[in-house]
Amino acid sequence: MNIYGIMAIYKFEMARTKRTLVQSIVAPVITTSLYFIVFGAAIGSRIDQVSGISYGAFIVPGLIMLNLLTHSISNASFGIYFPKFVGTVYEMLSAPVSTLEVVLGYVGAAASKAVILGIIILITANFFIDLQIAHPIMMMVFILLTAISFSLFGFILGIWADNFEKLSIVPMLLVTPLVFLGGSFYSTDMLPEPWQTISHFNPVLYLVSGLRWSFYEISEVSVMLSLASILIFMFVCLGVVYYLFKTGYKLRS
Amino acid sequence: MNSDEKPILRIKGLNKFYSGGFQALKDINLDINKGEIVALLGPNGAGKTTLISVVCGIVNPSSGTVTVDGNDIIKDFRKTRSVIGLVPQELTTDSFETVFSTLVFSRGLFGKPPSPTYIEKVLRSLSLWDKKDDMIMTLSGGMKRRVLIAKALSHEPTVLFLDEPTAGVDVNLRKDMWEIVRELKAEGVTIILTTHYIEEAEEIADRVGVINNGEIILMEDKDKLMAKLGKKQLILDLCDQLSAVPQSMADYKLELSENGMQLVYTFTAQGDRTGITALMDDLKLAGIAFRDLNTTQSSLEEIFVNLVEESS
Ligand SMILES: Nc1ncnc2c1ncn2[C@@H]1O[C@H](COP(=O)(O)OP(=O)(O)OP(=O)(O)O)[C@@H](O)[C@H]1O
Ligand SMILES: [Mg+2]
Repeated sequence: MNIYGIMAIYKFEMARTKRTLVQSIVAPVITTSLYFIVFGAAIGSRIDQVSGISYGAFIVPGLIMLNLLTHSISNASFGIYFPKFVGTVYEMLSAPVSTLEVVLGYVGAAASKAVILGIIILITANFFIDLQIAHPIMMMVFILLTAISFSLFGFILGIWADNFEKLSIVPMLLVTPLVFLGGSFYSTDMLPEPWQTISHFNPVLYLVSGLRWSFYEISEVSVMLSLASILIFMFVCLGVVYYLFKTGYKLRS
Repeated sequence: MNSDEKPILRIKGLNKFYSGGFQALKDINLDINKGEIVALLGPNGAGKTTLISVVCGIVNPSSGTVTVDGNDIIKDFRKTRSVIGLVPQELTTDSFETVFSTLVFSRGLFGKPPSPTYIEKVLRSLSLWDKKDDMIMTLSGGMKRRVLIAKALSHEPTVLFLDEPTAGVDVNLRKDMWEIVRELKAEGVTIILTTHYIEEAEEIADRVGVINNGEIILMEDKDKLMAKLGKKQLILDLCDQLSAVPQSMADYKLELSENGMQLVYTFTAQGDRTGITALMDDLKLAGIAFRDLNTTQSSLEEIFVNLVEESS
């Protein structure tokens, strides 16, 4: 195991964030605050409670999910796409690092950043509402698994993409709509049929539901189902990553 | 070259087809010994970079085997890649990193424990020490080239590939570079470089290879090559104008210059007998006097151009 190699990639990726500290920390704090002001205060004052909890508190897990997903994907995809784009990837390809080590470095860094971001959002949320977390350990499990899985997904996206458009189209056209339609900011039983049923085909629903359960013990689907779906997604991504490197897909000609 | 020593790099039956079906390397067989400096020459698109990329692990070989110090580049990639350093042809560097941190990164990536003192040594040898805290993007092209060389040396490789290291480089850096190459050679490092500047191969290499259309059309000790293929010419400046080469001297195949004031005798440097003594005697007999004489030897460049023209 090339531990120094993994650490080099990890530190490089973390340093990239340090250089853009404002973008990585201040921006999410501001957007989170905006969500609380717009959704929590303005709309929340009219929607008094959802599933028995205040609207402001209800959207916290959804907000965390939204940020975890988008930032895991963008961090990991950009991390591997950029060296490919500028050509510096030659160094990684010629280095004695295995697939697993490259993935640990990039995905580890992207997931770490996403988890830190999740915690920042939690802290920010705490200023607006009185946070209660029923199952802190399960909350961390969900946050970690989501961060890792979607960092893996981002990594795949970064390898697959051969231009900036492809890189941004998936998060924009797929992930963001799925998050918004996945019950992040409302409970799907507020929807009329057939939308309620259709919503259950949205994988993000299972993530949000699981995370929300760890906060308030309310969920739209069973927690085990949530946990299973995130694990399945993670293993599918792992399989794809393994295959990509095995064949050298788009990295080695 | 010591022929019974085990080669540090051994390439056997290597072929490379790119995805479009284009064959960039055709049955390459090549042994390179420890501590050698080998220069690869060849026109654009000959396959030099492809060959290097296969050995370094950047391009997958289609068939054939490559071993570095007895280890297979695919099965034992950790062992082979950790001893190889590569300075790529393209100037590709990170932008926002500092010079020092990019070297720390490279060293770590290649699995070596941190060593600020070694990195300092490398930076100093490339006159980069005063730039160590500068962002790479603020450096000039030649400085970036130095950074790439420093990165390649950061993990103390024993086999170094330099893919056109002197493209866009000024005289000073070129001097520094050859200085470093000689030092590395003295430490036992094997160096394989590609270049379009034949003088460079002539100056630095122990062996010279020529690649054309994905084939190695020549691989030879530089000195032997120069001796074997080098044509020599003896040029005589005559005292009196000649209208034609005398019949008695026809065997020498002499050429007379247009103004009739110079005679050119071409001979190969290889044989024991150059025919010069006989020529001198015959000139005397024919009553041709000369004021001055000099010899020229064909350069590697001419040899190279001839070879490539022949093979295409
Ligand atoms: N990724 C690729 N896909 C398809 N063809 C390629 C690829 N890379 C190189 N080639 C082709 O392979 C041939 C050899 O290219 P290579 O870069 O090895 O040449 P080279 O000898 O290094 O040339 P130069 O002196 O210009 O650097 C060229 O015809 C090139 O077009
Ligand atoms: Mg080249």
